[in-house]
Amino acid sequence: MPALLESPVVPTIYEQMQSRGVNRRDFLKFCAWMSAYLGLQESGIAQIARAIETRRRLPVVWMHFQECTCCSESFLRSSHPIVADILLDKLSLDYTETLQAAAGQQAEEVLQDTIKRYRGEYVMLVEGSIPIGADGAYCVVGGKSAIDSVREVAAGAKAIIAWGNCACAGCVQSANPNPTQAMPVKAIIKDKPIIHVQGCPPIAEVMAGVLVHLLTFDRLPQLDALGRPKVFYSARVHDTCYRRPNFDAGLFVETFDDANAKKGYCLYKMGCRGPTTYNACGSLKWNNGTSFPIQSGHPCLGCSEAGFWDNGPFYRRLTNVPGFGIESTADRLGVTALGATAVALAAHAAVTRVRKRDTIGEQPGENAEAAEASRPTPPDGPANPEI
Amino acid sequence: MSERIVVDPVTRIEGHLRIEAEVKDGHIVDAWSAGTMVRGLEIILKGRDPRDAWAFCERVCGVCTTVHALASVRAVEDALGIQVPPAAELIRNIMHCTQNVQDHVVHFYHLHALDWVDVVSALKADPVAASQLAQRTSRWPKNSPGYFSDLQKRLTTFVQSGQLGIFANAYWGHPAFKLPSELNLIAVAHYLEALEWQKEIVKVHAIFGGKNPHPNYLVGGMPCSFNLEEAGGINATQLGQVAKLLKEAKDFVEQVYYPDLLAIAPYYLEWAGIGGGLENYLCYGDLPTNGFADPSGYKFQRGAILGRNLNEIHPVDPRDTREGIEEFIDHSWYEYSGAPGRGLHPWEGETRLKYSGPPTPYSHLDVTQKYSWLKTPRWKGHAMEVGPLARMLVGYAGGNAQIKDAVSEALGVLQAPPAVLFSTLGRTAARGIEARLMAQWNIDFYDQLVQLIKAGDTRTFTKEKWDPATWPSEARGVGTAEAPRGALAHWIVIKDGKIENYQLVVPSTWNASPRDAKGQRSSYEAALIGTPVHDAKQPLEIIRTIHSFDPCLACAVHLYEDGNEIGRHEIGVR
Repeated sequence: MPALLESPVVPTIYEQMQSRGVNRRDFLKFCAWMSAYLGLQESGIAQIARAIETRRRLPVVWMHFQECTCCSESFLRSSHPIVADILLDKLSLDYTETLQAAAGQQAEEVLQDTIKRYRGEYVMLVEGSIPIGADGAYCVVGGKSAIDSVREVAAGAKAIIAWGNCACAGCVQSANPNPTQAMPVKAIIKDKPIIHVQGCPPIAEVMAGVLVHLLTFDRLPQLDALGRPKVFYSARVHDTCYRRPNFDAGLFVETFDDANAKKGYCLYKMGCRGPTTYNACGSLKWNNGTSFPIQSGHPCLGCSEAGFWDNGPFYRRLTNVPGFGIESTADRLGVTALGATAVALAAHAAVTRVRKRDTIGEQPGENAEAAEASRPTPPDGPANPEI
Repeated sequence: MSERIVVDPVTRIEGHLRIEAEVKDGHIVDAWSAGTMVRGLEIILKGRDPRDAWAFCERVCGVCTTVHALASVRAVEDALGIQVPPAAELIRNIMHCTQNVQDHVVHFYHLHALDWVDVVSALKADPVAASQLAQRTSRWPKNSPGYFSDLQKRLTTFVQSGQLGIFANAYWGHPAFKLPSELNLIAVAHYLEALEWQKEIVKVHAIFGGKNPHPNYLVGGMPCSFNLEEAGGINATQLGQVAKLLKEAKDFVEQVYYPDLLAIAPYYLEWAGIGGGLENYLCYGDLPTNGFADPSGYKFQRGAILGRNLNEIHPVDPRDTREGIEEFIDHSWYEYSGAPGRGLHPWEGETRLKYSGPPTPYSHLDVTQKYSWLKTPRWKGHAMEVGPLARMLVGYAGGNAQIKDAVSEALGVLQAPPAVLFSTLGRTAARGIEARLMAQWNIDFYDQLVQLIKAGDTRTFTKEKWDPATWPSEARGVGTAEAPRGALAHWIVIKDGKIENYQLVVPSTWNASPRDAKGQRSSYEAALIGTPVHDAKQPLEIIRTIHSFDPCLACAVHLYEDGNEIGRHEIGVR
């Protein structure tokens, strides 16, 4: 390997920030922002500052499988400039086919060097699903199947981040009939902690926030039972939606660009999946808070939920989900997604309700309240597992 | 003695691409391009609601996000005879121009520049000289000595850390790098600046489509509504933000991207004689000004050029099922019914996944047999190159005054004849020329949108054919778009309100596909022939030419099938 790969002098992140002209005040401002971002108390600021002052850059490899690269693209959209800079410099992104300068054999050498040199220390980021059909021939990189690669690289990783719906749940290529037998990471790798950062793609600041949490506290953020960081995925889009009062008041868009659409009424009748979707779109929004799908007038597609592609057609309101009776929707979804515990919770899910049967104009077999309450809050996973 | 070299993965692209090349006496004498990943989206689309297709198709690619959604809604609207309101057309044009400009800048700096720019050499540059050099060609306010000096310090610290991250183990110091240190420093500075900028311009997508990547589209128009007087729709605030972002995009292209392109090109003029390839060019045309159904109103003209003859533009009809576009699978891991060597028009095609390559892990593919997940499209039997160069050449040959002026101006600065365009360098230059045009057109479209709203026409959606009950029992349509990487088309067949058949033939399928039944090479394979290779172990020259096409492999690989059970059976799904 060239000498450039082998310097023993590794400055801490804070030293690097200093050398890049970041002064103490800006540094503490960043820590305060990050602290607020992660929902910490004021004492968390010092904790973050201490962590950043002493940590070396964490080696990270970003594996690409069956993907459209929207997760990589979203990551690049991370909006607070100093955070974007820090992330590029706090991490050592040693392998990513999307951005790295080296190609072919030289790229493979870097990957092999990283997973050997930093065995047990590096974090594996996975974008894309892993097809197991045709003995792995549906996704091959450098002559190796995705199945072999993910196993090889996961073996020495201290933790795995599954970026986006592909790596978390198989996404579009796993939609019926799943022609290549596309699988999420958790179906292949069973013995490592996996953080599931859902969405198609995940929101940029959610991706950045998860990495910062890992780097700062040296442990995973607390996850829910589906392995998603609670800090970003514990609320339904419906519950953080600024159009929610319209739902509660029974004010709905009846067709796109009608008078109600222009007033920003609720998109429930246009098929909005906000009531069954856990994500931070309503609170963080997208592209540095510019907007989010509902704000721009389109119903939520539910892109951060497993199997959302088969939960269509998208423009049919939720209560008509084919194959699910209205009253069984909550139970069925609960069983599929969350297991028996969730079913019990579903019965107790506290939801604001008003009588809106009349205002919605329900058709036979529909029940907006049931749809609204159809997903309980997922139960917590284990508290902050150390890594 | 010839030597077979393999580049896999080709990095700094979208998707999974493998290049095998035969090198003899320091030059490539033959090459094979293989797409090594498949997802099967067309199988998945079958039987679904055509109004949902855009969302599935958009996930074909997150880099050129939006373009597949656009082609998809157009295909459905074409099939059903829907004409979208003028404001929706303008919003689509703005989103499309925004996408192409953003994508071209990201391609130039983050995917292509490191083929020409030596990052390590930038450490030796004199920041004052770099500043003077930059200011000679651009009035970009940041080009000061302090700016370059700070950047150089940051870079030095980074390199000294020993953790080179994305820059590790690359080709620094390779003799094919020709730029002076100062220019390397300028380019690295702008690499970082472009990274910051690219996330701003896409806010235009968030405003009209809710998010980026993967903003929302809608069959029949766009999902956003205008409301200037009450909170709830897009109003003067958001429009003002769009105006600002479009202005900043134009500034970035005019003052950073384009000057850098023209500053770097003279050091690599030998690449104006390398990588020409097919020299056949295809463009479907785009940016409608009088509805998608009227190609005569497109800003990008539709047409084909054969054998670099700029005196003749051949008409192109994506609907021509008898003598038009066909796809072949003679070197692709699929099977057709009937005799080998058949090509099928997308409306009438059939496809089944059938892997017949070596078991993994493998060191070489058997390129005499099938060797790619990409099918091989042909137009009237010709292999065609698509992309910004094709658009610029068709526009130039067709006498489009704006395109002609923009191309001539760039050639004037380089003091080079139009023939230099048929090359690796020409492809890269055409992208920059196009970005300039589209950044300006974007502002023009915005101005038209404001005029329209002022005149009281704020309609963004037509609900006339929204209800499937209004549809004919059978319909077929084609939606085309000029994606950042070139001519893109989706063909759809609708039956009883559901997708009966759906197929995409995308830019990188044209360019990156394997040979056809007659052994004709597609663009990548043809363009690599004659490329010099200084050191067979270091594929720098190969990736220069491949990157000049801006590969997008997730887009390129696709399939559809004609029987419900066949696909399941062949691949043994549950």
